[in-house]
Amino acid sequence: MTTLLEAKGISRAFGGLQALNSCSLSVERGSITGLIGPNGSGKTTLFNVMTGYIKPDAGRVEFDGKDITGARPNTVFALGVGRTFQMTRIFSRISVVENMLVATQRDESWLRGLTRSKSSKGELAAAMEWLDFVGLSRLADLPAGSLSYGQRKLLELAYVLVADPDVILLDEPAGGVNLTLINEISDKIRTLNQAGKTFLIVEHNMEFVMNLCGSVTVMHQGGNLVSGNPEDVRSNPLVLDAYLGGGDDEEELEEMSNG
Amino acid sequence: MNSSALIHAVVDGVLTGSVYALMATGLTLIFGVMDIINLAQGILVILGAYLSYTLSVHFGVDLFVGLVFTIPILFVVGIVIERLFVARLKGPERTAMSILVTYAVSLVIEGILNEVYSVNQVQLQAWYVDRSFPIFGVYLPYIYLLGFILAASMLGALYFMLYRTRFGASIRASLSDQTSAALVGIDTKRVATICFGIGVAVTAAGGMIYGATNAFNASSSYDLISRLLTIIVLGGMGSLGGALVAGIMMVLLQDIVAVVWSPVWSSMTFFVVLVIVLSLRPQGLFGKLSARVA
Amino acid sequence: MNVKQLPWWATALVVFAAFPLVVTNPFWTTIAIFALIYMSCATSWNMFSGYSGYVSLGSAIFYGCGAYTMALGSIHWHIPGGAEQFWLVPLSGLVAMVIAVPLGAVALRVRRHTFVVITIAFFFVFQLAAINANFTGGPAGLSLALIPWQGNSFNTPFYYVGLAILVFAVILSALVRRSRFGLQLLAIRDDEDRALGLGVKVKAVKLTGYTLSAFTVGMCGALYAMFIGQIYPQFVFDPVFDVTVALMAFLGGFGTLLGPLLGGLILESSQQYLTVTYSNGSLYLILFGALFLVVVLFMPQGIVVKVKEMWAKHQLNKTPQLEGSTLAGSQKV
Repeated sequence: MTTLLEAKGISRAFGGLQALNSCSLSVERGSITGLIGPNGSGKTTLFNVMTGYIKPDAGRVEFDGKDITGARPNTVFALGVGRTFQMTRIFSRISVVENMLVATQRDESWLRGLTRSKSSKGELAAAMEWLDFVGLSRLADLPAGSLSYGQRKLLELAYVLVADPDVILLDEPAGGVNLTLINEISDKIRTLNQAGKTFLIVEHNMEFVMNLCGSVTVMHQGGNLVSGNPEDVRSNPLVLDAYLGGGDDEEELEEMSNG
Repeated sequence: MNSSALIHAVVDGVLTGSVYALMATGLTLIFGVMDIINLAQGILVILGAYLSYTLSVHFGVDLFVGLVFTIPILFVVGIVIERLFVARLKGPERTAMSILVTYAVSLVIEGILNEVYSVNQVQLQAWYVDRSFPIFGVYLPYIYLLGFILAASMLGALYFMLYRTRFGASIRASLSDQTSAALVGIDTKRVATICFGIGVAVTAAGGMIYGATNAFNASSSYDLISRLLTIIVLGGMGSLGGALVAGIMMVLLQDIVAVVWSPVWSSMTFFVVLVIVLSLRPQGLFGKLSARVA
Repeated sequence: MNVKQLPWWATALVVFAAFPLVVTNPFWTTIAIFALIYMSCATSWNMFSGYSGYVSLGSAIFYGCGAYTMALGSIHWHIPGGAEQFWLVPLSGLVAMVIAVPLGAVALRVRRHTFVVITIAFFFVFQLAAINANFTGGPAGLSLALIPWQGNSFNTPFYYVGLAILVFAVILSALVRRSRFGLQLLAIRDDEDRALGLGVKVKAVKLTGYTLSAFTVGMCGALYAMFIGQIYPQFVFDPVFDVTVALMAFLGGFGTLLGPLLGGLILESSQQYLTVTYSNGSLYLILFGALFLVVVLFMPQGIVVKVKEMWAKHQLNKTPQLEGSTLAGSQKV
């Protein structure tokens, strides 16, 4: 297996608080990699650095051997790195299918967008196909804002998929949804993985992670603590310590430093 | 250019700047707590000036004594505007709508002021407006010094209220995060209403000093609001300290440009500086850039 | 605008085209010309601000620049008063666009709340410059060559040029709404950062929208200057213009195609009528402000959406099975 997405020695401070401290992570091509750790260990911040939303103070992010450190989110996405957010983010005042169409271009020039219609036949078909995959195709013409929380999660997954990224970063895909939906999402991820998609997943639901992931990295206080297969990680005494020790809440850190 | 003109400009800049800082602080407080841009701030300053005018001309009340009446009046005006119009705004375009609504309020007040006071310019009169005092070898009317003292003490009182009282703490909590403030049990609605009242009340003092140092009519409000907005954007929207520094800095700069270069173009200094600063620091001088993910 | 609605749009166009043939009284045709100008401006304002959520209160910059381009061009190139001047109308639009690029590049660096304020600040820069510069004629403004057209037909050419601008603005706005670009603007309105993360080049898209919308407004300013024959800096760079255009879009329906047209038609006609009939300026301000408040507070989503909702409710009462489809339809105009 080859490494598809890699973070090397990433550091990032918010004000005086070190959210990431020389953190490294690598995602093998074709794997489902889990990223776990107590609240405040820097998981979401690492996601934000890897997808271009936050610039690191030090370190390097590589995708498919290319340096993408500090690239803007649209560039990172265009290269083939898709992501979802912990707080699900959809475009609420346009229709569900239009949400899908926003994501269908990967690196289209803005001038081209001016002269072409909203969607080509192929794009519309692809959009509907992925909506069908997550079971939302019958709601395609509704304003996305009228979807339920779970449906929004599925829509967000679908519109990331429609751009056909090579690796997909999921931030708490099982957070706040019911058990049936968790299993459904889990199945979808497995199906997609068999079709060749690589996943990196942040999740608090241990069962979800342990069932799905081939390798797991544990973060603690902004650094990577342990990496390995789920069983090894589970039995590692360091991991237990990290979870019992607790830490500062990372969202709080970001908010404090950004006002 | 002679040095006494420059000294004059610097002194005037600091003294007048503090008055602008006061008015801008009211505006930035309203924005910071409520995400509301109060475009009526300019006309409310003029309303404050006209109220002082009426009190002094028709009732012989001294301008400073008159503040005892005009500050509470404008506080109430602010509360009424907030309750009647601003509080009703909801939804994702709330801030944009607030601009339109407060502009409409401003038009109505402008129309009323034109009807009541006519469009002829007036200026407030008192002994301290006519008589001057020497400072660093130049002469300035006393009103500049008194205005500065008033503005400084009102700013002091405002800061004391914000940083030393319990109510101030809840305002500051709302300033940094409304949702969290609501979660810890702060009545954010009440805080918002009172903040709007306070933000508007400071225009009574600002208006009185403005009216005593400038000839004005209702349309002077356009010039005022554009300056105040520039100040709060420069300082960083919602930043109290930013409004203070930017207010003094901008008036100072404008006065110096008027002396060194040309008074015609000095009023443009405001906007040119704004453009330059924003090109370098989009968040303003003291504002914090919100994270892309927040 | 979809194919089903085309007959309605065509009918409306015929009615507008026939108007000056039926009504020849210059009192009314003058009002109509202003209505056309404002409807065009509101439509193109909405094409950027309504779609993207970036409310601009500086559209008078482009109106003024268009007006000055017309005036300066006519004077400089010694164009005699008359139909030849109309060639300056598209040129004025282009000038406005060229000016919009650097303005947008700076103003769009910030997020929407600050953007509003910056557009206001820019507006005052231009107004001050027009009042103080020499080439603009200062506060006295500029006079254009007299147009030798006589009588009731004086207004007719202006009316049709205004109508042409309006048709252009509406078609452009409809095309943008159907394009990928328009979808990107709408995505930016809903969640700019998310759009960025899905590959939308938000900076380029916003700047393009801002610049495009300047074109129509610039043309309108030029038409105004030619029609009035005399421009003053405080009238072509008028803060009330900025807000009026925004109000028209809000009154009709923010982000819809039909909204700004309706808003512009209703508001500008009544405004012109009121100013001509009651020349008392301050009474007009009070009425205008009050109307404004009523609209924003009681119909924040605008006439178009409100009527659609009422229509949907009405339909729902008649045929209770119809829920989903009418709801979905209300978003798309």
